[in-house]
Amino acid sequence: MNLFNKPAHVLHDMLINKEITAVELTNDLFARIDEVEGEVKAYITQTREAALAKAKAVDEKIARGEEISFLEGIPGVVKDNICTKGVKTTCASKMLENFVPPYNATVVEKLNAVSPVILGKANLDEFAMGGSTENSAFYPTHNPWNLDCVPGGSSGGSAAAVAAGSAIWSLGSDTGGSIRQPASFCGLVGLKPTYGRVSRFGLVAFASSLDQIGPITRDVTDCAHVMNIIAGYDKNDSTSINAEVPDYTKSLVKDVKGLKIGLPKEYFVAGMDADVEKAVRGAIKQLEDMGAEVVEVSMPHTEYAISAYYLIATAEASSNLARYDGVSYGARVEGTDIVDMFKKTRSEKFGQEVKRRIMLGTYALSAGYYDAYYLQALRVRTLVKQDFDKAFEKVDVLVTPIAPTPAYKIGDMVSDPMKMYLQDVCTVPVNLSGVPGISVPCGFSDNGMPIGLQIIGKPLDEETLIRTAYTFEQNNEFHKSIAPLREAK
Amino acid sequence: MSYETVVGLEVHSELKTNTKIFCGCPTTFGGEQNTHVCPVCLGLPGVLPVINEKVVEFAIKAGLALNCKINKFSKFDRKNYYYPDLPKNFQTSQFDLPIAEHGYLDIEVNGQTKRIRITRIHMEEDAGKLVHSGTTINDSSSACVDYNRTGVPLIEIVSEPDLSGPEEARAYMEKIKSILEYIDVSHCKMEEGNLRADVNVSLRKTGTTKLGTKAEMKNLNSFKMIESALAYEIERQTEILDDGGHIVQETRTWDEAKGMTVSMRTKEEANDYRYLPEPDLVPIITSDEQIEAIRAALPELPDARKKRLMAECGLSEYDAAIITTTRQMAEYFDAATAQKADAKLVANWMMGDLAKNLNGEGKSIEESPVTAQRLAELVDLISKGTISSKIAKTVFEEMWKTGDAPEKIVKEKGLVQITDTKEIEGIVDSVIAANPKPVEDYKAGNAKSIGFLVGQIMKQSKGKANPAMVNDLLKAKLD
Amino acid sequence: MKITRKDVENVALLSRLEIPEAEVETYTGQLNAFLEYADVLTSLDTKGVEPTAHVLPLKNVFRADEVKPSLDRELALSNAPEQENGYFKVPKIMEG
Repeated sequence: MNLFNKPAHVLHDMLINKEITAVELTNDLFARIDEVEGEVKAYITQTREAALAKAKAVDEKIARGEEISFLEGIPGVVKDNICTKGVKTTCASKMLENFVPPYNATVVEKLNAVSPVILGKANLDEFAMGGSTENSAFYPTHNPWNLDCVPGGSSGGSAAAVAAGSAIWSLGSDTGGSIRQPASFCGLVGLKPTYGRVSRFGLVAFASSLDQIGPITRDVTDCAHVMNIIAGYDKNDSTSINAEVPDYTKSLVKDVKGLKIGLPKEYFVAGMDADVEKAVRGAIKQLEDMGAEVVEVSMPHTEYAISAYYLIATAEASSNLARYDGVSYGARVEGTDIVDMFKKTRSEKFGQEVKRRIMLGTYALSAGYYDAYYLQALRVRTLVKQDFDKAFEKVDVLVTPIAPTPAYKIGDMVSDPMKMYLQDVCTVPVNLSGVPGISVPCGFSDNGMPIGLQIIGKPLDEETLIRTAYTFEQNNEFHKSIAPLREAK
Repeated sequence: MSYETVVGLEVHSELKTNTKIFCGCPTTFGGEQNTHVCPVCLGLPGVLPVINEKVVEFAIKAGLALNCKINKFSKFDRKNYYYPDLPKNFQTSQFDLPIAEHGYLDIEVNGQTKRIRITRIHMEEDAGKLVHSGTTINDSSSACVDYNRTGVPLIEIVSEPDLSGPEEARAYMEKIKSILEYIDVSHCKMEEGNLRADVNVSLRKTGTTKLGTKAEMKNLNSFKMIESALAYEIERQTEILDDGGHIVQETRTWDEAKGMTVSMRTKEEANDYRYLPEPDLVPIITSDEQIEAIRAALPELPDARKKRLMAECGLSEYDAAIITTTRQMAEYFDAATAQKADAKLVANWMMGDLAKNLNGEGKSIEESPVTAQRLAELVDLISKGTISSKIAKTVFEEMWKTGDAPEKIVKEKGLVQITDTKEIEGIVDSVIAANPKPVEDYKAGNAKSIGFLVGQIMKQSKGKANPAMVNDLLKAKLD
Repeated sequence: MKITRKDVENVALLSRLEIPEAEVETYTGQLNAFLEYADVLTSLDTKGVEPTAHVLPLKNVFRADEVKPSLDRELALSNAPEQENGYFKVPKIMEG
């Protein structure tokens, strides 16, 4: 039936109009997964039995004439660093290969309350550390737009599944761009909420002051609906914002008249791919044509953001990952005594990128270096944040590219960590400041790879982000393009 | 060579909140292993801490009771190190902005009062318990971990190196215990590990000011241990210095069986804790109003109470110190003297018969079958002369057994003291008549014989004759 | 060189990692590459700038001192690599 190509809001209508059943839809997704998963490898774990049971229950509810909510019965996938009770949560690491959490992340509880069909857990860079999903300890995920290319990362599995039609919606996590960049590489919409807008309870921590969970979906409408479900105050998360969640779907209106859009000149970097620049500038023009006012702004501390990010994130990560020691959960490699066990376990079960970041973070915090590196990075963070505060005095949103290039070939970057880190130039400042950012498709490269537009908003102003993204999206057909792999066979 | 001992104490006290510092697990002692745990205190992937408000309140209380300045802006930090009793391999503690700083407490040693400065008080989480397979850590092939205790809230009270030896260290520790019990923030049951001390000790040549290299002894959890370990350490360090050697800065443990301190020096590096501000918790901001409210709600503390009892009730310093050892005792005393019962008598009875009976049955004063009210009534009877002190002891035992009012007991048992001169005279005469030999002996100069006669008079009066009157009348008749 | 082999070995020890001899060089080079790049940051004058540890202006987030159900012991031990009698079992711990 090729239902797998449709966005969630279309499928929801079909369900309530009884054109399809949840079980049919779920089986369609299973068939699709069987067809493409061998090539895409977006999944780490599939939970078909539970998924089918959920679908059946939803169908029974519909048959009884009861109302169903937006995501009910619609199959999706959750990034495998989000704890799901009773279901393996591996973080794509040998360290947690067999870890089964005895509790659900808050976002999973929120999802369960509205009964979507969760098909399984999606692949990622190990412990969310990476920008291509090549750092997964199990296997890399392939971009459905070109199987030789990366899907982006670290939420590469989530994005690839939705782009390939093996999931209708997904949840990812974003610490330095890990939702926005894979969304961009896979032609999807990805939103990193304001820090604190979505609970982190149950998200396996990478960098506590930067991590956020968010949706990766086929269009802005789906994104707004998923945000309605997952956003909100959580008393189990001390960094959760206690503010009412608006109905984000009310922002699905086409109107940018008078909207002031800032273009930070520092984000249009010299080495930027020509296709990316073209697509982004084209998008800006579209917004202007629709009544938005473009204002050039300067964010002078952008050049320090990557350094600051990698010092802060790795410092926090070095502490967050200290718990993986083979004592009470996770993998254990036997040793002659406990210290030997710690060392063997951590050395054999962590991948190289994880070890690299742990060492860098440890160094940044160590005696003699703390002031020059970690503390200095926290000061620079203040300056980066101030750049955003100042810019937002003049404009409503900022518009930038997501990445300097579209998706590159698997193997191109992974052997040069520094080169990989430099790809994050447009996304990390957003995490450092805690403001929300969305990626929305805005074009293609000459060889058909998707390019995303980043729209950055004021804290807690996801509404303006969604409105701007929606207006832009509805003004073109980019979001309707389907990956070649996803085309009906 | 003569040396001065310099000692500093870091006291850890578990707080008596219902739940742990960052999660809702109970803090009760002695549960079956790993039954008071949850994802948060187990440090599972993805969990986050949330601060227990009571912990902050108790910490501020302790800070105020120890004369500290409360930091209105305070925060938590991570102290990173690896140990199997630490699930996250970091301890959430406080580094540069602890909840309280710059306080003091006064101790009394050998009649002298000395002020010991308190550097800081901070909040942190306790670690789990390790059970080793062998008798000591070094001859165990494995260990077992119980996480019940992980996350139990602690305050760490750090003193300046103002203590000069085992006696002062003990007095300081006792005072801390007393104060923490007074303000009701800790059970202070040292045998349950509620209160433990890390002791830092160094020596320097008498008269110099530069601090010597210190050795740290961890987790001493009895007063005796603190004294013994310190005494041993001082001797050990003295010997090394006398021999011209150097003290190694290291952590040592007290081996109770061997009666010595043993080096815990590990092959690994000295710990670089790499403190960083806890990103999962937000700062704590306390207002002046909140601090004053907590201060106003503090009970009268031991020193102030002692002074008051000396001034208002005329108790000696010694007696006042004993009565104010615990808040429960002090409150019992206050209740007993509330209706103007004789303070000195009350104190004596509390330190005497009451204490004896309580200790004999392992009861605490709150469990005393003789209430403060009843003791006051007993004391009043003595003061009024209704019964003698000796008879009162009998009455007290009866009160202890039955919980009855002393007046009732006195009445029922006919124990009212005889103070009628004629009546006593009659008994005196009768005894003199019945005991000619002792009377003769006394008149002959044997003073002791009067004791025998007094004894007989008391016996005949069934102990009820007023002893003073008996003595006077007997002497009058014999002389 | 911003970071030497010795530094890398030190930092590996602090984080309980054992880096095989053959790989120390590589890691040292990679960490150096980053730290050299980070020179722009370390040489920036940030006098008078307060560090930002938390992006949100949140403070005083507390919970009431109320007991909540603990985890069933079986669940608590369900991921234990080794357990004994309700305890988590670990190899011997050396002191000194």
